[in-house]
Amino acid sequence: MTRNERRQLAKGMLFISPWVVGFALFGVYPICMAVYYSFCDYDVLRSAVWIGSENYTDMVSDDVFWKALYNTLVYALFSVPLGLMLALVIAVLLNRPILGRSFFRTFFYIPSIVPLVAVAMVWLWLFNGDLGLVNFGLSLIGIGGPQWLADAAWTKPTLILSSVWQVGGAMVLFLAGLQDVPKSLYESADLDGASPFGQFWHISVPMVSPVIYFNLVMGIIGSIQEFVKPFVMLPGGGENRSALLFAVYIYENAFLYGNMGYACAMAIVLFFIIAFLTWLATRAMNRHVYYAGD
Amino acid sequence: MFSIFRSTLRLGVAFCLVLGLSACREAEREYTDDGRLIVSYWEHWQGFEKEAMQAVVDDFNASQDRIFVKMLAVSQIEQKFVLATAGGVPPDIAGLWARHVAPFAEKGALIPLGPYLAEAGITGDQYIPAIWDLVNYRGLTWALPSTPASIGLHWNKRMFREAGLDPERPPRSLAELEAMNEVLTVVDVRRDGQTQRVRYTELTDAEKADKDFDIVTMGFTPNEPGWWTGMNGYWFGAELWDGERQLTATTPENIAAVAWYAGYPEKYGVDNLKKFGASFGGNFASPQNPFLDERIAMVLQGVWMYNFIDQFSPQLEWSATAFPVDDPEARPNTTIVDCDVLVIPRGAKNPDEAFEFIRFVNQQKNMEKLCLGQRKFSPLREYSDDFVQRHPHPYIELFIDLANSPNARLMPKLPVGEEYIAELLNAYSLAFGGLSTPEDALAYAGQRAQWKFDRVNRRWDQTGEMRMREWRGVDP
Repeated sequence: MTRNERRQLAKGMLFISPWVVGFALFGVYPICMAVYYSFCDYDVLRSAVWIGSENYTDMVSDDVFWKALYNTLVYALFSVPLGLMLALVIAVLLNRPILGRSFFRTFFYIPSIVPLVAVAMVWLWLFNGDLGLVNFGLSLIGIGGPQWLADAAWTKPTLILSSVWQVGGAMVLFLAGLQDVPKSLYESADLDGASPFGQFWHISVPMVSPVIYFNLVMGIIGSIQEFVKPFVMLPGGGENRSALLFAVYIYENAFLYGNMGYACAMAIVLFFIIAFLTWLATRAMNRHVYYAGD
Repeated sequence: MFSIFRSTLRLGVAFCLVLGLSACREAEREYTDDGRLIVSYWEHWQGFEKEAMQAVVDDFNASQDRIFVKMLAVSQIEQKFVLATAGGVPPDIAGLWARHVAPFAEKGALIPLGPYLAEAGITGDQYIPAIWDLVNYRGLTWALPSTPASIGLHWNKRMFREAGLDPERPPRSLAELEAMNEVLTVVDVRRDGQTQRVRYTELTDAEKADKDFDIVTMGFTPNEPGWWTGMNGYWFGAELWDGERQLTATTPENIAAVAWYAGYPEKYGVDNLKKFGASFGGNFASPQNPFLDERIAMVLQGVWMYNFIDQFSPQLEWSATAFPVDDPEARPNTTIVDCDVLVIPRGAKNPDEAFEFIRFVNQQKNMEKLCLGQRKFSPLREYSDDFVQRHPHPYIELFIDLANSPNARLMPKLPVGEEYIAELLNAYSLAFGGLSTPEDALAYAGQRAQWKFDRVNRRWDQTGEMRMREWRGVDP
């Protein structure tokens, strides 16, 4: 390396150093410490005591850990596809030349910029078993609504239904993807007599498949880490901890009960679960994703 | 170009130095302009309760030429307290709840007050015994009380009168509570295609069995507000642990308490109760509180309830008494006592001055000013002759008597106390929803809490002796 190259390198390093230092301090260091603490009895106030794999073996025999994991996977299993489908359908509809298209695009995106605590409070009232608008609407068609938030059988569906509020972000990405689809493809399909659904299924969906893949992975990560809504709407996980999600259980252990070591161990497990599901999604989508540049 | 690099490097080093110096400065004592040492004080109270303490702080500051206490109202204080203490920058004084004493003391977050108390001549016999018990853990005193509370049954006299009950005669036993509840509970039931509003006692046996009605008002429901549900066993004479290392969730008394709790949905219908509960909207401090808007005739609440009655429903005709128990002859005046406390966190910059303020608060005159302001009773055994006369709470003597009762009970003083109560709460919830029997639900709760307690005990076995030496050797 010449002196000039070294100088260039030093300058380059200098300019990226704020990010590198920030990432090392606030990203790498906490992750490394979380891994270390996951092998410790650590309550934040006292120094950590190394206990080997005890936190992990405790997890195996902790019923609530398995329940929280089950609840989270059920939530992800339903909320991710539901959110994807809804976002895609809305995006397709808003991609059509309809009156007030810009207004509707903004209208459907607005909920995504509302703070999640406010969203949770709104859902709390919508799903209120006595005064809620959802049950009032159901009563108009002769259905006695359930106790959405107080009945163990309905708490998870309540959380899943409330997740539709957050489809705005995915919808915008789908919309961008749909606008990139060449019009000539639809014109050809029209000439060949393809139905609107056929055009959607055989042209729109394959052409936006990279966006579907991206939204799927983001959806999986987001839903496995879901925290604010269950935390606000169903404190303690609701009846029989039926809606206790993994991230909430981690929070309870870390910040309410001072079991930071155990919480760190669960966070590490959560990381591997997310990594595995992301890998699974990548494998599953691999053959179905079409990249125009390939 | 290299000069730019050097300049930037210098700038970076200077920035780090400034940061470092700021950190060092943080550890230094701070003074007011007139040279008084600033003592930082975090308090969980808001609103009028904070104002009452601020008045005492102002008195203290006015009496001082050496110390200035700076009070800051802090939300979610327990979490911020932990992080600040772990980070080495705690306040000098923290106002917490008594339930934090055991876990925080166990984890070394508090300074034991023994030497300070000895020097100041403060002893346990100056306090109401149950309250003194709350601030002690493992034989050491970790806090001094600020304002205490005991809980009792509050009842609505108008609703009693309208139901044909004697408004001056509240229930004394749980059996009486049940009987009065049936009379006080009003439901909407469908008869011959019409909705009729009747008292529960007016329902036919078939209607009671069908439970096809909507609850309009209730005499009592044990899950409103549900703040002490995990300790319902106390109304049956239960113990929640053996005082050593064994939790006793599955004693017959605890099982009876869960069965009593689960009896409500059996009688009134679980969906009906859930729907009725949903109608409260979950906001305690509001006019929609079901006791304040007269949808519930009897409620288990603390001495503070008067403040909310006065604020949101001053026209309410009410009174208060001891909560009914299964055997009122054997356990009269049973209550649960709790207390707000003042502690000195480990790592506090000014512990001596912090204690001086805590001691000031605990002097009779100042304590009474605080308690009158917060409309609670004094934790001190002795109070001035006119304290009760001056007190705005019409039934303050009842709550004093309850706190002094030999049947005053406490939340278990365990490092895992909150987790244990959360497990018990889950057990009650399971039985209430018909998802488990009382026996199974409590066995599960006890097993989970014991598992956590055992873990804490294992650590104590390794470090306890060292801890006790450290704590006993603390030199103020």
